[in-house]
This record gives sequence, C-alpha cells and structure tokens, in this order.
Amino acid sequence: MAIAESHVEREKPKVRLLNDPKFRAMIFQALLVAMIIWVVWGMVSNAANNLQKAGIASGFGFLSESAGFGLNFSPFVEFEEVSNYFTVYKVGLQNTLILAVLGVFFATILGFVVGVARLSTNWVIAKMAYIYVEVLRNIPLLLQIFIWYKGVLATLPAKRDSLDWGVFGQINAAGLFAPKPIFAAGAMSIVWALLAAIVITFFVNRWSTKRQMETGQRFPVFLTGLGLILGFPLLAYLIAGQPISLEYPVQGNFGPAGGMQIIPEFIALLLALSTYTAAFIAEIVRAGILAVDRGQTEASYALGLRPGQTLRLNVIPQAMRVIIPPLTSQYLNLTKNSSLAVAIAYPDLTAVFAGTALNQTGQAVEILLMTMLTYLVISLLTSMFMNWYNAKMSLVER
Amino acid sequence: MRKTILSAAFGVAAVGLAVSGASAATLDDVKAKGFVQCGVSQGLPGFSNPDEAGNWTGLDVDLCRGVAAAVFGDATAVKYTPLSAKERFTALQSGEVDILSRNTTWTATRDTTLGLNFAGVNYYDGQGFMVRSDLNVKSALELSGASVCTNTGTTTELNVADYFRANKLEYEIVAFEKADEVVAAYDAGRCDVYTTDQSGLYAQRLKLTNPGEHVVLPEIISKEPLGPVVRQGDDQWFNLVKWTHFAMVNAEELGITSANADEMKGGDNPAVKRVLGTEGAYGEALGVSNDWAYNIIKQVGNYAETFDRNVGPDTPLQISRGVNALWSQGGLQYAPPIR
Repeated sequence: MAIAESHVEREKPKVRLLNDPKFRAMIFQALLVAMIIWVVWGMVSNAANNLQKAGIASGFGFLSESAGFGLNFSPFVEFEEVSNYFTVYKVGLQNTLILAVLGVFFATILGFVVGVARLSTNWVIAKMAYIYVEVLRNIPLLLQIFIWYKGVLATLPAKRDSLDWGVFGQINAAGLFAPKPIFAAGAMSIVWALLAAIVITFFVNRWSTKRQMETGQRFPVFLTGLGLILGFPLLAYLIAGQPISLEYPVQGNFGPAGGMQIIPEFIALLLALSTYTAAFIAEIVRAGILAVDRGQTEASYALGLRPGQTLRLNVIPQAMRVIIPPLTSQYLNLTKNSSLAVAIAYPDLTAVFAGTALNQTGQAVEILLMTMLTYLVISLLTSMFMNWYNAKMSLVER
Repeated sequence: MRKTILSAAFGVAAVGLAVSGASAATLDDVKAKGFVQCGVSQGLPGFSNPDEAGNWTGLDVDLCRGVAAAVFGDATAVKYTPLSAKERFTALQSGEVDILSRNTTWTATRDTTLGLNFAGVNYYDGQGFMVRSDLNVKSALELSGASVCTNTGTTTELNVADYFRANKLEYEIVAFEKADEVVAAYDAGRCDVYTTDQSGLYAQRLKLTNPGEHVVLPEIISKEPLGPVVRQGDDQWFNLVKWTHFAMVNAEELGITSANADEMKGGDNPAVKRVLGTEGAYGEALGVSNDWAYNIIKQVGNYAETFDRNVGPDTPLQISRGVNALWSQGGLQYAPPIR
C-alpha cells in the first residue's frame, strides 16, 4: 500500500496551472474573500457617505462626551451624571453581565432540580415538575417578565407603607431596600481566609481520594470542607475586630432611604429569566439522564451503591456528556434574552446604551455596532468556556 | 446596477437604519404618493392622540393636517406613524416619516448633529413635576430622596439630572421607553414623582386612576420649545412646514378663522388678501397652489382655533394661552409677515 502511494506521488501528472484542481480551488476561495471584503467595504463607505450627506454626526468621539443623564442601578461601576458615554457603556455591560451570570446560576440549579424531579418515582413530584416545564416554556418570555413586574412586584405596597422583612430590610413597589454591608479596614482578611479555606479543601480532597484508592478508607471531605469554608472567614472576622457592619435603610421623606436598593426591574427580570430557562434546562437534564443506559444503574446497585450515590457518581457524570452541548445554547439564549430588559426599564446594555445613549447622541450605526459586537463577544466567550468544559467531561478513551 | 444592489444590501444590513441620503425633494415624493406621512406620539392627549373613532387629533396633528391642506387642499391626506421618544429621530432620518410633529424639544444638539431642522415652535413648554397630593410636597426642592419616573431618550431625562444635581438633591431615576409605561409605573407607586413637559403632565394626569389625587408642582425647570422637525437639506419642504405654522399664526393675528375665511377673501385688506391667495403668488413660490393658506385656515383653522380646540381652557387639559399667546397680547407666538 505504502509503496503504491509513494509511487503515485512521484508520478504526479504534469498539468497546466489553470487546470490544477488545487490551484483553482484556491483561486475561487481568494475570489470569494475578495468579494466579501468588497461588499463590506462598500457597505461601510456607503453608510459613511450617506451619513455625511444627511448631516448626521459620525465617529466614536461621542464616547468621551459627558452623558448628562442619571441611572438608577450600578452596583460596581462608578457612575454620575457627568460621566462620559463610555462609562454608560460599561454600566450597561455590567448590568447585562450581572443579570446573565445570576440568571445562569439560578436557572442551572432550578433546572437540574426540576429535571431530576421529572424522573422521580414519586407521582406527585414528577407531575408537578412536568406541569412546571410545560407551563413555563410555552408562555412567551416577555409576557412572563410583565407578569412578574406588573402582576406581582407592582402590586406591592407604596414606598411609605413598606412591608418590613426584618433582617432582609423592607420591600415595596420600588424594590427591596436591603441592609448594605459596609466594609471597614481589615475586611480583606476575610476574603483571604475564604481563599485559604478553598485551597486547603482542595488539597484535603486530593489526599482523601488518594487514601481511598490505596486503603479503601473514606474521609468526610464534604463536612470538613464546609467547616473550613465557613469557619475560616468567621474566625478572620472575629480576629480582625468585626470589620463588616450592616447599614439598615432608615425612614426618609418618601419611604425607606439608604441601605442597598435592589430595584424591582432587576428582581422581575432575574425571576423571569431563570424560571423560564430552567424549564428548558430541566428537559435537557431529563434527556441526558435517560440517555444513560439502565444497565449502568443496575451495575451500580449490584456494587452496593445507594441510589443517591448512583445518581451522583455514576449517572450524572455520564449524562453530562449529553447535557453540556444543549446547555450551552440555553446559557447563550439567557444572555441574549436579557436584552428584553428594555421592556421594563432595567438599565442593561440594550436599554441604556443602544437606547438612551443612542437617542441622546443620534449615532445609531456606531452604537448598534458596538452593542452587537459586545453581545457577540459575550456569547463566543461563553461558548468557548462551555466547549472547554465539554472536552474535559467527555469520554476519555485509553 | 451594482451600486443599487450594494445600497440595498446595506439597507438590509445596516441595523434597521436605512439612511436614504438621496431623496431630497420631499414635496415631490409627497405629491407622488398622495399623502403626508406624519410622525406623532403614541398618545398624548391634546397634542397627538386618537379619539374614540380612531382619528388622530391634537395640536401637533393639526400642524400635519395643515401641511396636507397646503399641499393637496385636503387636510385629511395624512397618514400617522406613532413613534416612541427613542424611535422618533431615526424614523425621520430614514425617511419613514415626512414630518415629525411629536412634542419634540428644539435643542442645539438635535438641530446640528442629527441631520434635522426644526421648522418653528408651535408650543412653548417647560418641564414640571407631578406628585401625589397626600405627600404634601409644595415645591420641587422638597423632593430629595424621591424616585422619579420619566421617558428615556428625552431632554426631560437630562433636565431632571441637571436640576437635582444643581440643587444637591438625592434621587432615583426610572426611565421607561413608552409614555404609557411611565404613567403606569407612576400610577402603581413605583415612583414618587412624574416629570415631563408641563403640558404633558396635565395631559397624562387624565390617564391616572384618580387624577384628582395628583398635583403639578409650581416649578418649571427648563425651556421646552416644541415644534415640527424635518430632514436637513431639503429647503423647499422645510419652508413649507415652517410657513404652514406661520400662516396659522398670521391668520389669528389678522382675525381670519375657518368660519369667516370665505367672507374675508372678498374683503379689501391687502394683508388678508395676500394670506388667502387672492393677491400675489406666495403659494407658487412654496411649490404649492396659491390658495394654500386659505385651505389651511378653512380646513384646520388658525392658531387660536387649534389651540382652543385641543388644549385650551374648555378642554380637559384646561391650559391657558400664557406664553403661547400672540406677541401682540404679551405672548411669544410671532410670525413673519406674508408679503
């Protein structure tokens, strides 16, 4: 075989360059690329031309101009009315990411619980999970956002008649006024203690796995880890002289003031996005678990593992290979759906940058390009991470 | 051919903003299609609001009807596009509407960077605040710590930020896209304060569950000259819209109304004759028939008539002429003479 191949290679027929299929293919590829570049360039120059002809300002100079309007939700990025439009962009991006990350977190947990419940042998639990999935995933998301916002949160009492939730603060139609943590000097030591606890737990886990492999004896890693992760920061908190205090909202002219206001728009969106996406994730989880052969469970029982252990150690790890790829697209959907924030005045990227900033500056082309590119990058990064995780979880063939 | 395919491709691709720099002669386009496409609000009583029968009425609507009367001699040859504050300029830039007559404030930025021209001021307004009367707030300076509902993409949003910052007052801004959402949120208690142009406050108050439980505070924190907007670079159309408003103001000054227009046409006053088109060829110069102003006045009325019909003391809005009275009566409405 090998001899024949090398023989063919040596006897390459002499053809004219134009008739060489490889060369031709390359020419066509190059032509296609050139055409795409030409079309894109044409679009850009055409837009620039027309914008100039119509007397509409263009370019990205507006990003350093001061915005002049206020925003009501920016937990991390410093924002004032005098901040520039680039800060507006950062605030919007921040608010989108907060929503997406928390939404993915809660949707995953809820989705896994519902998905497993769907397969429960308990008839009531299985049916309840079934109803949850069918109702939530068959009602348009925008409608669900409105139900949470206008049907649930807007019916809360007015600001001056807030409901008192004790340690959680006060809740009313303007949102949850939670106590705000105030960090004094030495608060960083708690973070360091937490990190140290996590690292120690990691090594304890490795040591215990090794020991189990060698001796068969097991070590209560979970309880140890929990103790470390809760105990270390608590110890640091006490040693550093209790550097975190809580600022409770006080009664102002218009109801509660101070503290940390969590706006109802955010709560409504988070609830709607995570419950809606959880319905889809539940179905993906159910499909993943069903894809694991029944023999696996039986073999596991035969080895004497309990049902909980069977699910955790045998079924779920194998199901993950089926679950992760469709789960990725649900995460992407959730992130993109977060742009529905615009419907209820949550200042996310779409509402505040592709909305308010666009309207105040009138530079639609630049702002929409930036916004689209941002969503594209967020989605691609999510995909990349999930692909990496998928490769890590996939079947290792030896 | 290539060029057209290219621009078509761009039109599709350019994120919904089809910038049509080419068609400059709006008047010819309007004449060819047989109606004026008028961008209005999504429902602001007194300015642009559909009545029970679904017909658009209001001060801003009357201006569009006036333009249609001038072009076609038929005030009904108008089609309306309801636009949110956010969409309005893009709709005009892209050629979706011919005029934007939507309680829009004339500012330097809008006039210079958006490729648009303001064709006059048909209502002088100012921004105000509305609160629940049981809060016992007497002045806007007592609003520290309040949540303020407003429209996104408006001058209102900028003014309120300036005002609260200048007076060192704490506030939370909640900005919705549609005026109706702002009203609903204020009504539901999401906000303590509703801010917009004062005329708008009176108009939107009618939509609240209990209009009597809300008061408009005395402060006016900004100048809001509201007027019709057209695309920049089409002077003929710009002139026509501008002079439609001027014709209505001139008619009020000269005492010409929809009721007596026919009668006054036969009179001797040369100024009246010039307005009504029996003397001179002012319509021709604008690109329309010489009885353009007669058609406007006959079918839509003079400025006083449309003001009284839509927002005046006998309407639910009960707004007095105030600064919108004629210059000769101590107001700001002043039109250059037709001669």
